[in-house]
Amino acid sequence: MTEEADTITGSSEGFVQSAARQLSLYAFYALAAIVVLLVLLSFAMSYTTSASGIGQAIDAENNQITIAIRQEPPQMDHTRTTDVQSFTVLAHVMEGLLTYDDNNELAPGMAERWELRDDGATFWIRDDAYWSDGEPVTAHDFVFSWRKTLEPANGSQYAFILYPITNAEAVNTGELPPEYLGVNVVTDKVLAVEFEQPTPYFDKLAAFATYYPLREDFYHSTNGRYGADADQMLYNGPYVLTDWIHSASMRWEKNPRYWDSGNKALIDVINVGYITEDVNAKLNMFKDGQIADTHLVAPMLKNAMEQRWPIDRFMDGTVFFLQLNFREGHMTANTNFRKALQLAQDPVEFVYKALKEPSYLPGESLFPVWIRGVDGLFRQEYPPVTHRINVAQAREHLEMAKQELGLDEFPPLILLADDSPVGDITSEYYQEIFQKNLGLEVRIDKQIFKQRLQKMESGEFDIVIAGWGPDYDDALTFGDLFATWNLNNRGRYSNAEFDRNVRIGQTSLDQQERMDAFGEIQRMVYEDVVILPIYERGWSFVVDPGLKNFKRRSIGPETDYRFAYLEAAD
Amino acid sequence: MWLYIGKRLLQGIVTVWFIATATFFAMHNVPGDPLLTDRAMSPEIRANLEARYGLDQPLMTQYFIFLGNLAQGDLGISFTHENRSVNDIIRERFPVSATLGILAIVIAGTGGVLWGALTAIYRNRLPDYIIMFLVILGISVPSFVVAALSQLAMVNINDVIGRQVLPVAGWGSIRHMLIPALVLGLSTMAYLTRLMRSSMLEIISSDYVRTAKSKGVPPARIFTKHQLRNAILPVVTVLGPSIAAITTGGFVVELVFAIPGLGRFFVEAVQQLDYTVIMGTTVFYGAFLVFMVIIVDILYGFIDPRVRLQ
Amino acid sequence: MTFAPADFTRLNQKQDVELITRPSLSYWQDSWLRLKANRRALVSLYIIAAILFFTLAGPWLWPVNPAAQDLDQISQPPGAERTAIVVPPYQPWDGTALVQEAGSRDTEGQEAERPETGFRLAAPATTQGVRLSWEPLPGATGHRVYRNLFPVGEELAFGVPVAEYFTNDALFFEDRLDVQPGTYYYSLVGLDERGNLLEVFETIAVDVRRVITVEEALEKGLVAQAAALEPGDEVELALHPLGTDYIGRDMLARLMAGARVSLFIGIGAPVLFVLFGVIFGSISGFVGGRVDAFMMRFADFVVALPFLLFMILFKIAFGIGPGESGVMPMLVALVVLMWPATARLVRGQILQIREQGYIGASQLLGARTNYLILRHMIPNTMGVILVTITFSIPNAIFIEAFLSFIGMGVAPPTPSWGSMSNEGIRNMLTTPHELIFPAIMISLTVLAFNLLGDGLRDALDARMRNTE
Repeated sequence: MTEEADTITGSSEGFVQSAARQLSLYAFYALAAIVVLLVLLSFAMSYTTSASGIGQAIDAENNQITIAIRQEPPQMDHTRTTDVQSFTVLAHVMEGLLTYDDNNELAPGMAERWELRDDGATFWIRDDAYWSDGEPVTAHDFVFSWRKTLEPANGSQYAFILYPITNAEAVNTGELPPEYLGVNVVTDKVLAVEFEQPTPYFDKLAAFATYYPLREDFYHSTNGRYGADADQMLYNGPYVLTDWIHSASMRWEKNPRYWDSGNKALIDVINVGYITEDVNAKLNMFKDGQIADTHLVAPMLKNAMEQRWPIDRFMDGTVFFLQLNFREGHMTANTNFRKALQLAQDPVEFVYKALKEPSYLPGESLFPVWIRGVDGLFRQEYPPVTHRINVAQAREHLEMAKQELGLDEFPPLILLADDSPVGDITSEYYQEIFQKNLGLEVRIDKQIFKQRLQKMESGEFDIVIAGWGPDYDDALTFGDLFATWNLNNRGRYSNAEFDRNVRIGQTSLDQQERMDAFGEIQRMVYEDVVILPIYERGWSFVVDPGLKNFKRRSIGPETDYRFAYLEAAD
Repeated sequence: MWLYIGKRLLQGIVTVWFIATATFFAMHNVPGDPLLTDRAMSPEIRANLEARYGLDQPLMTQYFIFLGNLAQGDLGISFTHENRSVNDIIRERFPVSATLGILAIVIAGTGGVLWGALTAIYRNRLPDYIIMFLVILGISVPSFVVAALSQLAMVNINDVIGRQVLPVAGWGSIRHMLIPALVLGLSTMAYLTRLMRSSMLEIISSDYVRTAKSKGVPPARIFTKHQLRNAILPVVTVLGPSIAAITTGGFVVELVFAIPGLGRFFVEAVQQLDYTVIMGTTVFYGAFLVFMVIIVDILYGFIDPRVRLQ
Repeated sequence: MTFAPADFTRLNQKQDVELITRPSLSYWQDSWLRLKANRRALVSLYIIAAILFFTLAGPWLWPVNPAAQDLDQISQPPGAERTAIVVPPYQPWDGTALVQEAGSRDTEGQEAERPETGFRLAAPATTQGVRLSWEPLPGATGHRVYRNLFPVGEELAFGVPVAEYFTNDALFFEDRLDVQPGTYYYSLVGLDERGNLLEVFETIAVDVRRVITVEEALEKGLVAQAAALEPGDEVELALHPLGTDYIGRDMLARLMAGARVSLFIGIGAPVLFVLFGVIFGSISGFVGGRVDAFMMRFADFVVALPFLLFMILFKIAFGIGPGESGVMPMLVALVVLMWPATARLVRGQILQIREQGYIGASQLLGARTNYLILRHMIPNTMGVILVTITFSIPNAIFIEAFLSFIGMGVAPPTPSWGSMSNEGIRNMLTTPHELIFPAIMISLTVLAFNLLGDGLRDALDARMRNTE
């Protein structure tokens, strides 16, 4: 049929040529139409969503930089926020009573001085502390903020961090009205806090986001939408959020009313031009000069070395570990079984050979390296038990466990994992290592975030890959994790001796005694095999050479531009 | 005519109700808990949160509340992005996806028609072979591979030239749109090219073209009036389903190019088990597609006199 | 002229005049002939046969465990060097006992570069670890060790920081991070008390050789007996024809295992949902009336569900239990969402065929319903159904790949081409083979099924004939 068609229509050259000419004309029209459409669309777009991230990574002339953040902050009401990204943005636009300086030392913030006692603390708020609308920051703003956080209807998930304050827990559960909270306005500029029990680390807590102030009249004027948009917030930090196009971009401008704005060579404008979690996209943008810094994952390092970038590193403070389930009916409740697991693996091999991330440290302890001890670093004062892989010994323990449990054959172990790339490697590695060294069948249960959390909560796992990041700069933020009463103790480990040590760490005012207790905790975590540490997370990152004194830290904001400045353009 | 449109619209509304119901019950069967976060919470705080989102009500009550709100066009408040309504989120995100989609469809449509016509004219000659080879490639290579490779290529081009020809990711200007739209439209364009080519070839051998030729109608006129015009009709029919395909592809492109569209947001919401956003987005997309199909059907009645609307 | 009766003889009748005929061909024989005439379809058929062979027979021909991790060869491209030297077992190093004869097994060039004091190599550099030690740099209260694959150069690009010490207590470092054979440039940079970088630094170049211990060699089955190995011997590491993935698994074996998953979903799902669609459609078309209207309305509803969103939703709603691959939920979700198109098509066909003259004739001749279905309905719709299946396969393969790409696909450690591509994209810059191989497999399969579908359509159904 088709061959026939050819002969009839006779695809003569003349016809083809004229048709082709006609077609190219249409192609030209089409191209023109598309260009017009493009112009129209971009015009329309400027009305719906305004443009994001057009600009250079570093604009020394206008003292501006462009950066990217990983996720959109869900909302920036600090009384309810829970995620790292919101904390990072908040740290630039808000300030607590205390803050951290560029050497990671506690420094005066809204409070110019403070006093910490056994039964409470007093903070003297500086006179030149102002909100971005010009009103002074007063002690009332802190009281209102903290009461708001604890209000049951607010449903704050970080309310527990206020619990050292007298009656905080009772207010949060609704047993007492908010007025009973142990904070008092002495004068407008003096705030007094009463403690439920001695809280030697309260100064560090006071730098935490949940402790930021909030002004009552402004909060009420937003009709419950506080923190949802740039104009639904009031600022007292070094920057002001002037523009927030959801899921696209943000603009932080220098806050002229910030008390220290005159002292610092602050960058005038920080454009958060992009919100993306895709590290490849971020790398490409960095290469392209669109953003000022980005972090690097192992596969990118060769390329980064080729580009001759100055690569830097930092520890983000989070410790990852395999948490074992102590609930009844789980094989992991058996001590010998746990010992067997512990002896059959070596995180050093995992981190160095499988993960290959240069900034990750193989896990050795519940406490990360940077935790402070009495004088120096905790881990130097209390070195953790040196772990050695020993397969033969591991098998002995496994045999004992088999007899104790009265089993002929071990049922499959369930390894609960998250759905991140690193989660995949971790679960696949440990599955293989337990199979190879102990002959155990391990079943990976990979779940999305919320489903994994639910399974952790209900105990549907034998082993779970979990991580813990610090809330404040004290060993206790890790130390109380496996206390019987801690809801985050998802393996339900319970040990009276352990709990006693946690109590010491919580209430003792003697730093030596506290650290001894934490040292004991560190030892028990290893000997009881509460967890199998995997790694301490760190990041390799690159920063545009024009941007100086940019900080990344383990506590508080992940990335910190508050002390950054631009090298003057040549 | 009006009766037909009315009937279709009514059907559309019933369909949307079906989508909403299916989404609601599928969503509430998902294991997991949208309220959980990294930090464990006490039962009291949990109860507070549940009350906030109405999760303490029986399932059927929740369903009727959901339907009632939906009827008023209210899709609820997001779980993760507290204080923000799903309506607001869609209003912000959808124009981005739509812009990208429109551009991709236009590129795919015009490209498909032009390339298809070109291959038909140069049938079994070099241009035909080259284009058909590219078409086959466009159909066979997964879109995420194309997206990743084109981004990589753009980085290297910018690198070699030494200045930013086109940005490699992000959103905001025409320059941001070009590559993603091309990638997004690629497979549809390949598909349309094939369709256009076979439709053209059928028409080239049809009686009326032969008649026109023998009457001595100028070739350019035959090409435009008889061939091109009639060959386009089947292409228009598949544009409706193509819209759905483009929406699908949009997910990948938005993820790879860091474009703040609705597709990417949906994937994030699923990870966070954000009930209201998942339900809202699904119902919105469902309704959008249902009414797009209705519109295409009605329009088609105007374009093609052979089709009667009834 | 007269004729005698003798003139009229009976003509010899030739039986075999010219019989214009050809062997009777059934519908299927005819289709097969037409398919064979189509070169592209034939080639695609061969490709599919080859892929099926690769999938089914491959694991017997290449019996490597796709889950086995070869941690010595991670992310190795095809054809990488794999000679290793046998060394004694690894001993942890405390930095004090410096091996004196450190340079004895190093290349001469390096001997010259290595100073006796300062930043230096403390033992021969092997893939087990690179042992470095140093004296404090002037003014430094701490040190940071960098590693680079390229010379430091005048930009002072030190490379990747691999270790950091904030005190001068420890003046040694053992680099065990993914040490590969080749040359590394190590730099030592001084730090001040606050951990900021100083301008003092020292750099050395280190050549690393690949080593293996006797135990490892035995465990991996590289040699038969321990006695045969002495430190200093050379052994070949396991062969990976297509290289290894991010955790040292054999790419070829994984591609084969992945093929099973991808093709199982790719072929299984279309067969199932087409089957369901055929049953649904034929019942609807056959019964007709209100039942038909109701059933078709239901199909309309399902068509209207936004496909991908529901695919994701179903995927998480079904949930994947521990140890499960997640293939079944995906299969079910695909079947649940994709049947209506076939159902509509088959219903249309049945309605059309029912009105045909030959059905009426058959009925007049007394054919029963069973006969009508078996003899007329099924063969006449078979072509359309086969073509639908063939075109659905590439689609299903794409959907699987796409879902795996956004992390909603099969669960680890189950491989599929889609999840392998997803993993490969992460390492695209350094080890492109991890992306390229699965991507090629997907493309090739999709291409073959598409071309076969074209060919089948031309061959099976004269009405749907393509003019290509």
